Amino acid sequence: MSKIYVSTTVNGRPEDVLCEAHQTLLDLLRDEIGLTGTKEGCGTGDCGACTVLLDDRLVCSCLVLAPEADGKEITTVEGIADSQDGLHVVQQKLLEHAALQCGVCTPGFVVAAKALLDRDPNPDEKTIRYWLAGNLCRCTGYDKIIRAVQDAAQELTPTK
Amino acid sequence: MAEAANFKAIGTRPIRPDGIDKVTGRANFGADLNLPDMLHGKVLRSPHAHARIKRIDLTKAQAMEGVYAVISSADFPQEVTSSLSKNILARDKALYHGHALAAVAARTPRIAEEALERIEVEYEVLPPVLSLDDAMRERAILVCEDLRTNDDESSPPSNVAATQRFERGDVTKGFAKADVIVQEEFRVPSAHQGYIEPHACVATSNPGGRVTIWCTTQGPFEVRSATAGVLNKTVSDIKVIPSEIGGGFGGKTVVYLEPVAVRLSELTGKPVKMVMNREEVFRATGPASATLCKIKVGAKKDGRITAATAWLAYEAGAFPGSPVGPGCMSVFAPYDIDNFLVEGYDVLVNKPKVAAYRAPGAPQSMHAMECAIDELAQELEIDPIDLRLKNAAKEGTIAPYGPKFPPIGLVECLEAAKRHPNYVNKPSEEVGRGVAVGFWFNIGMQSSAEVNIAEDGAVSIMEGSPDIGGSRASMCLMAAETLGVPYETINAHVGDTESTGFCNLTGGSRTTFATGLAVVKACEDVIAQCKARAAMTWELDVEQVDWRDGQAVPRPGVNIDVEPLSLADIAKTMSRTGGPLLGRASLNAQGAGACFSVNWTDVTIDRETGKVDVKAFTAIQDAGRAIHPSYVEGQMQGGAVQGLGWALNEEYIYDDNGVVENASFLDYRVPVASDMPMIDCEIVEVPNPSHPYGVRGVGETPIVAPLAATSNAVRDLLGFRINDLPLSPPNVLAAIDSTD
Repeated sequence: MSKIYVSTTVNGRPEDVLCEAHQTLLDLLRDEIGLTGTKEGCGTGDCGACTVLLDDRLVCSCLVLAPEADGKEITTVEGIADSQDGLHVVQQKLLEHAALQCGVCTPGFVVAAKALLDRDPNPDEKTIRYWLAGNLCRCTGYDKIIRAVQDAAQELTPTK
Repeated sequence: MAEAANFKAIGTRPIRPDGIDKVTGRANFGADLNLPDMLHGKVLRSPHAHARIKRIDLTKAQAMEGVYAVISSADFPQEVTSSLSKNILARDKALYHGHALAAVAARTPRIAEEALERIEVEYEVLPPVLSLDDAMRERAILVCEDLRTNDDESSPPSNVAATQRFERGDVTKGFAKADVIVQEEFRVPSAHQGYIEPHACVATSNPGGRVTIWCTTQGPFEVRSATAGVLNKTVSDIKVIPSEIGGGFGGKTVVYLEPVAVRLSELTGKPVKMVMNREEVFRATGPASATLCKIKVGAKKDGRITAATAWLAYEAGAFPGSPVGPGCMSVFAPYDIDNFLVEGYDVLVNKPKVAAYRAPGAPQSMHAMECAIDELAQELEIDPIDLRLKNAAKEGTIAPYGPKFPPIGLVECLEAAKRHPNYVNKPSEEVGRGVAVGFWFNIGMQSSAEVNIAEDGAVSIMEGSPDIGGSRASMCLMAAETLGVPYETINAHVGDTESTGFCNLTGGSRTTFATGLAVVKACEDVIAQCKARAAMTWELDVEQVDWRDGQAVPRPGVNIDVEPLSLADIAKTMSRTGGPLLGRASLNAQGAGACFSVNWTDVTIDRETGKVDVKAFTAIQDAGRAIHPSYVEGQMQGGAVQGLGWALNEEYIYDDNGVVENASFLDYRVPVASDMPMIDCEIVEVPNPSHPYGVRGVGETPIVAPLAATSNAVRDLLGFRINDLPLSPPNVLAAIDSTD
C-alpha cells in the first residue's frame, strides 16, 4: 500500500510522517510520532479521550484522518505544560482538586478545558459542564473536574 | 474524632505522587507500550448469540502476507476445560454475540483485521435464551446441555447453575405479626462497568517457555494465575507487569486477551500486542448481571420490620458465576430483622459472562429492598430515614449473612443525614426526593509491602496494588504518619509479580485497608531498625530508644545527652550501622469492616419527554477514617454517578436474536458532565478497629444506594412507582401515559 506524506506541526515542532490512508490522526500521533498521551477510549468520537487541538479547533483525533493533518498545527496533552513555567493552571488545579482517579480521560479533559479557558476565561458551571460534555469520565462523577476548572478560571481572572 | 486532630498527615489532601505524569500524558496505560518486532493480535467474534461451531478453517487467513499465526481454541490445551478457557476462545458452541472464536497475529493491526475476514466459520445457528424468564421456564433452551443445578447429577439439565437459600426465624409468623406488608418485583438491566480504557496487553514468550505480560489489570497476580491455568503453565513461568490502569470497577479482574496473546507469541516467537476496541469491550467483557428481584417486607405500625423475604435471580451470562451470592447476603444487611428468607438463582443466558462491577450483586438486590422500604415509609407515613433508624443494624447486630457486626456506621450516617441542610431543606412541589442506604462487606485478603530508605532518607514504597484511584497517595500518607516524615519525601510504586511480594487484586475496596496495613507494618519494621541503629550509635539497648516525630530519641529517663537522630541522619550512616534500611510486611488482612452509606436524590421530570433530571444528590458514607478525604469523596461521587447512570439510562439492548444493538458509547449512554449536578459529600468516621488508623474500604458502597434513591425520588414526584430500571425517557413516558 502506498504511503501518504504528511507534513504537520505538533506542539510547535515540525513533524514529517508517512502514513496510510486509513490511519487516523490519533494513529499518527500515537503510533508514528510516539505521543501516547492522547488516548483511544472508543474510536468513534464518543468519549473525548483522544481530544486534541487542530488549528485551535477541538477535535476527536480518532475521527480525523491522518492525511487531513497535513499543513495543520496540532496541540496534544504533551504540549500543554510549558517547559519553563511548568504545568498549565488547568493541570495544576486538576491535581490540587484530586480531579482524576484512573487518569486515562485526563489528557482529553486537559486539552478541552484549556481550550475553554482560552476562549472564555470566566465560564459559569453550566458552560463548563456543556463544554466538557464530550469528554467521558467514569471515575470522578465530574464534580471535582468542574470545580478544578472553576478554580483555574478564577486564578486566570482574579476578581477585584 | 478527638484523636483525628492529632494526625499530621492523615486527613490532609496532598497531590498524588503520580499526578504530574497523569496530567501531562506521560503515564503509560495498557495500550501505550510498543516493543521492537512486535506483532498485533486481533480476535474474531461470533456474530450469533448461540451457534454450534461446525467448522473453523484458518488456512486462508494463515496464507495472507503479513500474517504470522492464526489460532482457535484447538491451539489451547484441551485438557483445560474451565469456563474461563472456553470464554476466552469458544470450543464447540458460540454462546453470545461477541464470543471469541479465533485470533490472528499480524505485522499490523490492519492486516490482522483483514485476516479475520478470511477465517471461514460454519455455524449451526441455535435459538438463544435471552431472559431470566425464558432461561428458568420448563423445557427451556439450554445454554449448556450438560449443566445441572448445583452439580446434582440426578436432576435434569438446566440453565440454573446454582441456587442458594438462607433464613432466620419464621417468616410466616413474622408476616402474621405485620400491620403492613409490601410485596413487589423489580428488574434491573445489565450495565457495563464502562471504564474508558479498553482491555490491552503485550505478551512475549521466549523459547524456554518464560512469558512476560504487560497489561492493564486490577490484579497482576490474578492475571498470572488465570493465564497459567488456561495455558497449563506454572505461575513461575509468567511475569506480569501492570501498566497504569484506566478504570476497572471490577471489570479488569478477569482475563480475556492475555492467554491469547501469549499463545500467539509462543507460536510466532515475537511480542504480540492486543487491544480491544470499544465494541468488543461492550460485547465481550463485563457486564453486571441483569436481575429479577421479588421482595416482601412486613412491618408493625411503628415501623419495626417483622419479616422479609427475597427471591433473587441473576443472569450469569454464558457461564456460571453471577454475583447472586453477595446479592443475597447484602439484600437485608442494613437491617436487624428477626425473620427472613433469601433465595438466590444463578442463571445462564446467551449473553457475555458477567464480571464484577463495584459492590457486585448489591446494587440490584438492594435496589429492590430499598424501594420496598420506601413503600413501607409511604404507607406508614414515617420519614424514610426514621424508618431505617428504627430497623438499622448496629454494632452487635447479627448480620443476615452470619457474623456479628463490629463497630459500623449506619446509624451515624442516618443521623448525619437527618441533620444535613440538604435534607432539612424540603424540596419544592416540582422536585421529588428519594432516600436509600447502601452497603458493602469489603474484603481484606493478601498484601505485601516493602519500604526502602534511600541514603538521603527519602522513602520508597513498593507494593502490588494497581493504583486505580489515587491509592499511591494514601499509601504515602499512611507511611508519612507512621514514620513521622513529610509526605513529600515519600513515593509509592506498584511492582510487577516478580519485584513485589504477593498481592491480591485492587478490588473489594481492600487496597487502602489491606495494602495500607502492610505499608504501615513495613514502616514499623523500618522504625524498629532505625531504633536499633540509633541504639548502636548511642551504645544503648534498643529498649532505651523511642521513635518520635520521625526521630530516634532516648526514652524518657535514659540518662544520655545526645541529639535526636532523624530518619535522614540514620540513612546517611546506614552503610556503617548494618547496611540498607528495608522494611517489609506481608499479611492476610482480617476485619475489613463493612461500609454503609445514605444517599438522597432530588429529581425533576419533564412530563412531555419522560426525562428525569437529577437536580441535587447528597452522599453520606462511613469511611472509618478518611486517609485522603478528596479521594474518599472521589469514590463517593464517582460511584454515585455510576449508580445514577444505571438508574436513569444504562442498559444493554438486544434484538430477538441476541445481537447487542447498543455496543458503543453513543448508544450505551453513560452520564456526561452536563447530565449531572455537583455531588455533595459528607464523610462519617466510625473507625474500624482492625486497622491502625481506622480505615474501612470506601470504593464500592457508593454505587449501591443511588439506584433506589432515584427510583424513590421518581415515585415521590409521580405518586406511583416504576419498578423497573432504567428510568429512561421512553420508560418513564410510557409509565406516565399508562396512568393518564
